[in-house]
Amino acid sequence: MSSVLFDAPGPKARARYRILGVVTALVIIAIVGFIILRFAQSGQFDAKKWHLFTFPLVQQTIIQSVGATLSAFATAAVLSLVLGVFLAFGRLSDRKWISLPCYGFTELFRAIPLLILMMIFYYGLPPLGVQGITPFTAVVAGLVLYNGSVLAEVFRAGIESLPRGQSEAGYAIGLPKSAVMTNILLPQAVRSMLPVIISQLVVILKDTALGFIVTYNEILFQAKYFGSQAQYGSPIIPSAIIAGVLYVGMCLILAGIAKWLESRMRRNVKVVKVAKSEIVAVEG
Amino acid sequence: MNTLLNNSDLFITGFRNTLTLFIVSGIFSLILGTIVATLRVSPIPAMRAAATLYINVVRNTPLTLVLFFFALGYPKLGLVEIDFMTAATIGLSLYTATYVAEAVRSGINTVPVGQAEAARAIGLPFTQTLTLVILPQAFRAVIPPMFSVFIALLKNTTVAAGFSVAEAGSIRSNLSERGEPAMAGLLWVALVFVLLVFILSFIQRKLEKKWKVAR
Repeated sequence: MSSVLFDAPGPKARARYRILGVVTALVIIAIVGFIILRFAQSGQFDAKKWHLFTFPLVQQTIIQSVGATLSAFATAAVLSLVLGVFLAFGRLSDRKWISLPCYGFTELFRAIPLLILMMIFYYGLPPLGVQGITPFTAVVAGLVLYNGSVLAEVFRAGIESLPRGQSEAGYAIGLPKSAVMTNILLPQAVRSMLPVIISQLVVILKDTALGFIVTYNEILFQAKYFGSQAQYGSPIIPSAIIAGVLYVGMCLILAGIAKWLESRMRRNVKVVKVAKSEIVAVEG
Repeated sequence: MNTLLNNSDLFITGFRNTLTLFIVSGIFSLILGTIVATLRVSPIPAMRAAATLYINVVRNTPLTLVLFFFALGYPKLGLVEIDFMTAATIGLSLYTATYVAEAVRSGINTVPVGQAEAARAIGLPFTQTLTLVILPQAFRAVIPPMFSVFIALLKNTTVAAGFSVAEAGSIRSNLSERGEPAMAGLLWVALVFVLLVFILSFIQRKLEKKWKVAR
């Protein structure tokens, strides 16, 4: 690999790099080794701590909690994509009384912390007489409002980055604005913004973990429950490890899909190049 | 309004802790993130690999899980005892540092190639090329994404409320103990956050104007 940041190493530099490389490797091994040693010394790898997770019923519960996480993720992802499209169209509307409220809506919900949103739904609404708020609806509603607003900005940036000729050509063949938007601009915008959209979906998946605080029965909630079982030695670290592996695995699968789609798109010359530096996914 | 005025002590301590968390972990994550970004573009493969691994693992872990580990798991390891506030600061810094690192790296990529080539031509080694020539320009280019990282950090501090840190996110549970309506308290918290985010984006616009790179 050649980089513009440094010269191709000569014999002396190569020797120095090799030494530094070995030192880095040693430092990392030392850090990881220390953590693992601490885990081992405090008995985190004892069979007793992991015994709880060998029961089929416990494993089933974990699979159910993965299902709960995924169902909150899927519902929120679909709904926030829909909301995002509507808000983006609203903001691009020619009528002030449509575009201004949409602008206010996106700015407002991007500024409120997601956890506070979920709490507003879960703790704030029921005392006011709103029935049927379950942890699931609170989690999904919070995720949809927040990520819908973020995705609206993404769609808008995608539509605005398209060459003007696209919409002009649409109007020239006599399409009304709604048809230009849905048939011409949106499909191209979605294609060029797909990497950002998928990284926002990863954010949704990660943020379902906030449901843990509003008592939604997802992976982390179960992990805490199992972690506090005193008769099995309170295996909080083993259950955190299991939850971590599950989350990282699911997110990496999603990120892998994103990479695959991106490489497929790059083969298609029709896709408009969008200046990547201008659009950065908002992490929540 | 009464909810805010009668419980101003709760709101003040809550938001003071939120801001402390935000500022301290903001500074730490800025430092750590810059170091990680430097490692990621360094000429030594082992350093690049280590930084990439760190970024990929932590970015794909929910913040809630990171804090879960530091608040509930860490005390079981029998190391130096830390309070929840410190644990939350460490967790938030480690998490945000990965986003800072990615922002800095994308900034390094926007600096024109000629800059690094010129620096190498006058004989600067890698560290000086980066610290004297590339990074000062990169930081100016990444102000908008960097600020969205920090706005996200500000909002993420509320997650610490789930782990016994008395900050803005925990105002609700304290209010409900005093029998105040949950909705009013939460809406006030939301409003203050909207204001804080507004202030941050104002600073962002100012800095953008001030530090515009002339190319």
